[in-house]
Amino acid sequence: MIGELKSNVPAGPMEDKWTNHKFSSKLVNPNNKRKFNVIVVGSGLAGAAAAASLGELGYKVQLFTFHDTPRRAHSIAAQGGINGAKNYKNDGDSVHRLFYDTVKGGDYRAREANVHRLAEVSVNIIDQAVAQGVPFAREYGGRLDNRSFGGTQVSRTFYARGQTGQQLLLGAYSALMRQVSLGHVELNVRSEMLDLVVADGRASGVVVRNVVTGQVTAHAGHAVLLATGGYGNVYYLSTNAKMSNVTAAWRAHRRGALFANPCYTQIHPTCIPASDEFQSKLTLMSESLRNDGRIWVPTSHDETRAADQIPEAERDYFLERKYPSFGNLVPRDVASRNAKTVVDEGRGVGPLKNGVFLDFAEAIARDGRPAIEDRYDNLLQMYERITGDDPFRVPMRIYPAVHYTMGGLWVDYNLMSNVPGLFVLGEANFSDHGANRLGASALMQGLADGYFVAPYTVGSYLADLLGKKAPDTTHPAFTESIDQVTDQTKQWLSVKGTKSVDHYHRELGKIMWEHVGMARNQPGLEKAMSEISALHDEFRTNVRVLGSGDTLNQSLEKAGRVDDFFELGMLLARDALEREESCGGHFREEHQDDGEALRDDENFAHVAAWEWTGDGKPQVRHKEELTFDVVHPSTRSYK
Amino acid sequence: MSKHLNLTLKVWRQDGPDAQGRFETYEARGIADDASFLEMLDVVNERLIGENKEPITFESDCREGICGTCSLTINGMPHGKEKGTATCQLHMRKFSDGDHITIEPFRARAFPVIRDLAVDRSALDRIIEAGGFISVNTGAAPEANITPVPKSVADAAMDAAACIGCGACVAACPNSAGQLFTAAKVQHLNLLPQGQAERWKRTEAMVETMEEYFGSCTNHGECHDACPKEISLDFIAYLNRDYIKAKVKNRKLASQS
Repeated sequence: MIGELKSNVPAGPMEDKWTNHKFSSKLVNPNNKRKFNVIVVGSGLAGAAAAASLGELGYKVQLFTFHDTPRRAHSIAAQGGINGAKNYKNDGDSVHRLFYDTVKGGDYRAREANVHRLAEVSVNIIDQAVAQGVPFAREYGGRLDNRSFGGTQVSRTFYARGQTGQQLLLGAYSALMRQVSLGHVELNVRSEMLDLVVADGRASGVVVRNVVTGQVTAHAGHAVLLATGGYGNVYYLSTNAKMSNVTAAWRAHRRGALFANPCYTQIHPTCIPASDEFQSKLTLMSESLRNDGRIWVPTSHDETRAADQIPEAERDYFLERKYPSFGNLVPRDVASRNAKTVVDEGRGVGPLKNGVFLDFAEAIARDGRPAIEDRYDNLLQMYERITGDDPFRVPMRIYPAVHYTMGGLWVDYNLMSNVPGLFVLGEANFSDHGANRLGASALMQGLADGYFVAPYTVGSYLADLLGKKAPDTTHPAFTESIDQVTDQTKQWLSVKGTKSVDHYHRELGKIMWEHVGMARNQPGLEKAMSEISALHDEFRTNVRVLGSGDTLNQSLEKAGRVDDFFELGMLLARDALEREESCGGHFREEHQDDGEALRDDENFAHVAAWEWTGDGKPQVRHKEELTFDVVHPSTRSYK
Repeated sequence: MSKHLNLTLKVWRQDGPDAQGRFETYEARGIADDASFLEMLDVVNERLIGENKEPITFESDCREGICGTCSLTINGMPHGKEKGTATCQLHMRKFSDGDHITIEPFRARAFPVIRDLAVDRSALDRIIEAGGFISVNTGAAPEANITPVPKSVADAAMDAAACIGCGACVAACPNSAGQLFTAAKVQHLNLLPQGQAERWKRTEAMVETMEEYFGSCTNHGECHDACPKEISLDFIAYLNRDYIKAKVKNRKLASQS
C-alpha cells in the first residue's frame, strides 16, 4: 500500500536547506488565506503556537483541546529550560554546535536536516518568547541569563525559575487568545478528538466528543494539525500528566498514518520512587541534583540500618565505581539502567526497596548547608512535601521513571505524515530527537514546529488546494466516522464487567515497565506481547464503565484512551523486538558491551515506520533510511 | 513507614449542571498516609466502582502543582488549609486518623458546577481574551537582548506570572472576586518594557471583563491565603493604580484620535 517513504528533504548544503525550501514553497495570497479552514488539535506549545501563527496569517483556525482551558496542556510542567543557540555566553555555541549535539545526543537516529532546521530557528523562538513577555531569568545588567543543562559543554539554556514550560506555554496561550479575540481562531475546549476523517485520500477533518455533554460532532478542514503530545502514560506510572494520552495520534494511525519508532522512550533517572499501589503518577526531580548528590546503595542485600548508620565501606557508589570519569553525571539512559541493575539485585533502598540513595551529606559538609539550599531549595522542599523526608537529614531516594517519548507519527521534512493534509507537531511526531532527547530540547521542538515550521509548510500544502472543492461534513467518510465513535462509546458502557479502567491501565503499565522498560530482551518482549494481548482481551470483555455517555464521565473517557494504549503497547514491544540493537533510550540486553549500548549502524540506521493494516492484524514495518552527511556516527562512551 | 488512616468523607455530589446537589458520606478506611489527597480519592473511587456506584468526578492533570486543573474546597478552604499547596500536592500525612473531611467544589457564581466537584472556570479565559497578551505576530520579534530588563523587574513579573490560574482566589473570596488572578495576569505584562504599548488598554479591558463575571474586591485578602503560589496582594494594589490611570489615559487617547 505505502510506497517508498519520501522524507522530502530539500537538496543543497545542510545550512541552506531550510532557507531554500522556504523560498521554493508555494504561497497563499493574503485574500485567499481566509478561504482555508485549518484544524489544530492540542493546545500545548506546538498546538497553541501553530494555531496562533496560522490565525495571524489569516487562515480560519479551529482549535480543539480536551482540557477546560488551553493553558492546562502538559507543556506547562516542564521545569528546566529551553535551548537556543544564541551564544550569549561567548562560550563557543552556534547553530552548528546545537545541531551537532542534538544529532549525537539522539544516538544517530534522527533526520539530520530536521535537526539542523530546529537549531536554526531556536534563536527565533527566544526572540519571540521575550517579545511576548515571557519572564526569562536575567542577569543584573538586564540581559538574558543562560545555564548549562544535561551535560552539554556550553550554556545555552534559557529558563524562568523552575517553571520554564509554564511561562512558554502562557506566552503561546496569550498569542492564541489574542487570535481568539480577533475571531481568527475558534476555541473548542473540553472537546476530545476521537477520529481523523480521511476523505478522497486527504485528511479532511476530525470527529470530536464534547466531554461534558457527550455530543459527537464532525468538523471539516483543509488540513489537520495534530499536536497532541507523547505516549509515556502507556506505562501508567510516568511523569506525564494524568490525562496525557495517545488517542488522537493512534486514531490517525488507524486511519493510515504511519507510527514511527515507538520503542524510543526516555526514562529519566531522578524521579521520586513509587510508594504504593495507589501511586497515580511519578514526580520528576531536576537532574541538576546529580551535580552535587552522590548516588549509592548498600553493598549488602539484607541491609536494614538507616542510611547514616551504614559505614562508608559498606556503601556502593556504583556510578562512580563503574564510570570513574563521568561518575554521577553519566547520561540519563546510563544512570537509569545502572539504578535498575542494583535494585533488581535486591539492593534497593526504602520501604519497598525500589530506589537508590541520592546523598547530599558530602556536599553539605563541603559547601555548607546554605550553599546547597541556595542551589536546590525548591526541589528539596518539593521532595519533602511528597515524601515527608528531609533531604538535609536523610539521603533522598530516587528511581528512574518514564518521562518523554521520542517516537510518534511519521512525518516528512514538512511535518506532514504520509496522509496528505495531516501534519504532526511537537512530541506527537518522531522527527527531531532520534533515539534520545537532550534536556531542554522538548520545549524548543514544540515551539519550532508551531511558530516557525508549520506556518510555512502548511501554507505550501494549502496553495495547491485553491479552487478545489472544500471538504465538508456531508461526505460519507464523516458520517461513517461519527457512527463509529458513537458506537464505541455505547460499547464501553454496555460491557458491564467487574474491574475499573484504572485497574487495567495499572496492570498494562506493569507489563510495559517490567519487559519493555529500561532494558529489553527477546524473551521478555515476547512475553510482554502475549501478556498485553491477553489482558487487552480481558479489558474489552470485563471492564466496568458506569454512568452514561451524555454527562461528564471520566471513566468513559479513560476507557477509550486505555484501549488505544493497549494497541500502542503491543506495537511498542514489537518495535523493540525488531530493533536488534541498542540505541539511545532503547536498550537491548543482547546488544551490549559490558553494559554499554551497541548500535548497529549497518542494519538499523533507519526509521521504522509502522502501517496499520486492520484490527487483529499485525502492522507492517516500513523503513526510511537515514544518512549522516555532516555528523558522522561515533560510539558513545562515558567510562 | 507509612501509617494508615480511617477517614469519614462528606462529599458534594451533583449529577449535572442543573441537578440538585447533595452531600454523601463515605468511609475511607485504611488510607496510607503517604498517599496524596487525590490518590486518596482515587482509592475511594476504585472502591465505589467495585460496589457498582458511580465514582466521584473531580478534576486533576499534572499532579505536580503547576497546571492548575485540580480544585476542591477541603474543610471550607480551597485546596485545603496547607499554605502554598495545590490539592494535588496535599498529602494525607497532614490528616489524622478518625478525621472527618468535607469536600466541596470551588464555590463561586462565575464557576458553575458541571458535575460533583468539577466546575467551569472558563470565565478566567474571557479575561485573558480581553487583553492578556502583548500583540506581536510570529516573526515580528526583535533580537531578544535588545531591550534590557532589570533583574528586579523580571523577577517581579515572574512573581506575578507564577499564577497557575486555578481559581482558588475566586473560591476563597467572600465576594467571589477575580482580582488576584486578574492582577497577576495584568501586572505580569504591565511590569515589563515589552508590555508598555498596550498597558492602559489592557488594564481597562481586562478589569471590565472581570467585572462582568466576578464580584467586587473589598480587600479581605482571603485570596492570597488560598493561593497555591502565594501571589502577593501587592499586585491588586498595582492593578487598582493602573486601572485609575488607564481610565484617564484611555479617554485622552480617545479624544486625540
